[in-house]
Amino acid sequence: MTATEAPPEPKPYRNSPGRRVLAFLRNTWRGLTAMRTALILLFLLALAALPGALLPQRTLNAPKTAEYIAAHGWWGTLLDRLQFFDVYSSVWFSAIYLLLMISLIGCLLPRSVEYFKAMRAKPVLTPRNLSRLPHFASTTTDRDADEVLAAVRARLAGWRTAEREEDGGARTVSAERGYLRETGNLVFHFAMLGLIIAFALGKMYTYEGQVIVQADGSEFCNSGIYAYDSFSPGLRVDGTDLAPFCVKVDDFTAEFTDAGQPLQYKSHVRYQQGTDLDTGTWRDYLLEVNSPLRLAGDRVYLLGNGWSPIFTITWPDGATRTQATQWRPTDGTGTLNEGATKFDPPGITDPFERRTKQLAVTGLFAPDGLLHGGVLTGGGPEQKNPMVAIDVMRGDLGLDSGQSQSIFSIDQSMVDDGRLSRVARSNLAPGQTVTLDDGTVVRFDGVQRYVSLQVSHDPTQTYVLGFAVAMLLGLGLSLVIKRRRLWVRVVPGAGAGTGTVVEVGGLARTDQAGYGEEFSRIAEELLTGKKKR
Amino acid sequence: MPVNETLSQYSDWSYTTATAIYLLALVFFLIEQSFGAKGRLAAQRSRERARELVGAGGPGTTESVTPPAENTTARAPRGRAERIGRMGAALTILGALLHLAALLLRGLATHRVPWGNMYEYIMAVTFIAVVTWLVVIRKFPARHLSGFLLLPIVILMFVGGTLLYTVAAPVQPALQSYWLTIHVSAAAVSSGVFLVPGVASILYLMRSAHERNPGRFARFGSRLPAADVLDRIAYRTTVLAFPLFTFGVLCGAVWAEAAWGRFWGWDPKETTAFIAWVVYAAYLHSRATAGWRGTRAAVINVVGFAVTVFNLFFVNLVTTGLHSYAGVG
Repeated sequence: MTATEAPPEPKPYRNSPGRRVLAFLRNTWRGLTAMRTALILLFLLALAALPGALLPQRTLNAPKTAEYIAAHGWWGTLLDRLQFFDVYSSVWFSAIYLLLMISLIGCLLPRSVEYFKAMRAKPVLTPRNLSRLPHFASTTTDRDADEVLAAVRARLAGWRTAEREEDGGARTVSAERGYLRETGNLVFHFAMLGLIIAFALGKMYTYEGQVIVQADGSEFCNSGIYAYDSFSPGLRVDGTDLAPFCVKVDDFTAEFTDAGQPLQYKSHVRYQQGTDLDTGTWRDYLLEVNSPLRLAGDRVYLLGNGWSPIFTITWPDGATRTQATQWRPTDGTGTLNEGATKFDPPGITDPFERRTKQLAVTGLFAPDGLLHGGVLTGGGPEQKNPMVAIDVMRGDLGLDSGQSQSIFSIDQSMVDDGRLSRVARSNLAPGQTVTLDDGTVVRFDGVQRYVSLQVSHDPTQTYVLGFAVAMLLGLGLSLVIKRRRLWVRVVPGAGAGTGTVVEVGGLARTDQAGYGEEFSRIAEELLTGKKKR
Repeated sequence: MPVNETLSQYSDWSYTTATAIYLLALVFFLIEQSFGAKGRLAAQRSRERARELVGAGGPGTTESVTPPAENTTARAPRGRAERIGRMGAALTILGALLHLAALLLRGLATHRVPWGNMYEYIMAVTFIAVVTWLVVIRKFPARHLSGFLLLPIVILMFVGGTLLYTVAAPVQPALQSYWLTIHVSAAAVSSGVFLVPGVASILYLMRSAHERNPGRFARFGSRLPAADVLDRIAYRTTVLAFPLFTFGVLCGAVWAEAAWGRFWGWDPKETTAFIAWVVYAAYLHSRATAGWRGTRAAVINVVGFAVTVFNLFFVNLVTTGLHSYAGVG
């Protein structure tokens, strides 16, 4: 076949840069807001979150992360460079959830418009052939059309209905129900958006600080970062504007089962905030696990506890110093603790001389100590027979070196250099002493408790909770409620004795099955005009 | 308060007996599944015939509202396999009662809710799964599949009762809160319910592979219910469990705020719960996406259940996080 006439020349499409950019943007937007994309992004999000559960994370456990990287050579370094140890602040994780948020907004905007239109729209026209619907029932009745319609109206109270008259004289009722499903769905998604935003804002203005306080009436004040042992601020927190409050820790008690399992930790504290700071009023609070002290804007938690052995040193010239420094548990239970209590010799002004005479008492402490051939072991976490196994070190502790050192141990490099050496080793019960070669006496006085407190500040967490509850409610609505349609057509009889034909059709608009039972019940009531119980 | 050793002993006995009974029921169900296909097909055919008859009542003739199915279903004579299946169901109910007794006794023995460590948690999760399944088989013609559900349950209970067994004891201070009741029961209930769609989705994948190509799973696939029945079971149970799971995570966040000083900290357990939540959310979305219904949705559901199991075992036993309450080792 030959073409007799050439097709009309199509109008030349001007592929201008502007149009190309526009088309690109439009296609990107469409692609990004498609459900398929959202699904893939959800998967990527799940996949991207996974390394956080499998690999140690720097924010949770920095030493373990460093250990892991060191143990895995180039592989560890590579993972570190790819931000696998800071998953939740990594570029790729952020990228996925930002894309997901854009996708979510792009999906929600048109749906909201659609939703408001649907809220004002009348239920749709009655299909011509109701028997083709998934749910259908019909009957012929002696009641006249008005009677039937009145009964239908009464039965469909609570449904959104529209009555229409058809050409043939038939009258129809279109009814729809379950609009709350879409309401719930939108509430859920908008609340999720709100939650993410509140969460992100919280990360800006939050801070968290840990501090160890001796449980002997010692005081901690939230006056600045320097007051804390460790402090992790949000991006917009510089530590200059912390809410002022003070806490005094009066005591700490722990209860254990016979097997040494902890039962209860509690600490009596006193606190002051706001105007109490000016008047000097202290208020009491019983601080427990699961029961933080909630102040205006800040919360104080009882996170941990431990022992501080008390040592008194009496120098040959009669000068004495007493110190209680926190030691840390060697395992989770606290049956055995380790640490170093460090002393500067009094009355020596020459720094060089002082650095030959500094003392440190290091070793182990057991609240319920047992000695086996001179080796101290812990029998339990309760204070029954407190005992220390100590090394007394003398020399340069390295405190003046400018490098920070752990409060729980001595600087091993000083020992290796020969600038710090052991001058005594002994096992002591409370009141017992050990005398050094120069006549200095080290006495173990006893032990006291300390608590580890955490102060947390998160201004948006109430909003996060609010959004989360809204999400839950929306989710419940959108999963429980079924969107369904029902139509009734009433055809008046042609003459006396022919009866009125009533047809009922139904369609579930969601993929949730289970409309059948409800439809059967309603249809039967509509057709017979009787209430079914 | 001291632990009541006698009650705890009775609890252990109930648990062991329940496991044994489930194992016996499992055998019964497998017999029904293997030899009861003919009877089931006959029953299904007669049901369909009844439905067609009802459907044939065209418009304008007489009242044609679907009557309750039992009245018209011509009952097929019960075969031996079906009788064995019914015995299996009765045994499962008996097992569930003993299972419940084990839980209650454990709670009475320790004076707290009986889900404070991994052994007890597994006891609670498997109980919920069995109860959910018993409800499912009342509504769907799927009783003969019970063996496939009881298989993971028996394995879980065996592992829980042997490797993870923990002597009844009070819980540590961090767990002494009313949130233990709320948060952990929401988690246990949702995980238990999630087991059912997990199993149903695996069966769905086999059945739909068989429907596409009858050569695949030729003998097994033909004995499974229609793919859409399995799909409905999976969807209905997921829709029930998902809000519960969300509630559990939400309560966990509230509790974490009171106990650990922050409501969300990407602890391994929290992270994995988040992943499971995202996967199940993807499942719900996939059912509303063209081209993702059916097989892909089922795969997602199976992945979701795999993440839940991973969350239970790997996160509790291998990683160290704040949720290390397994009480093992």
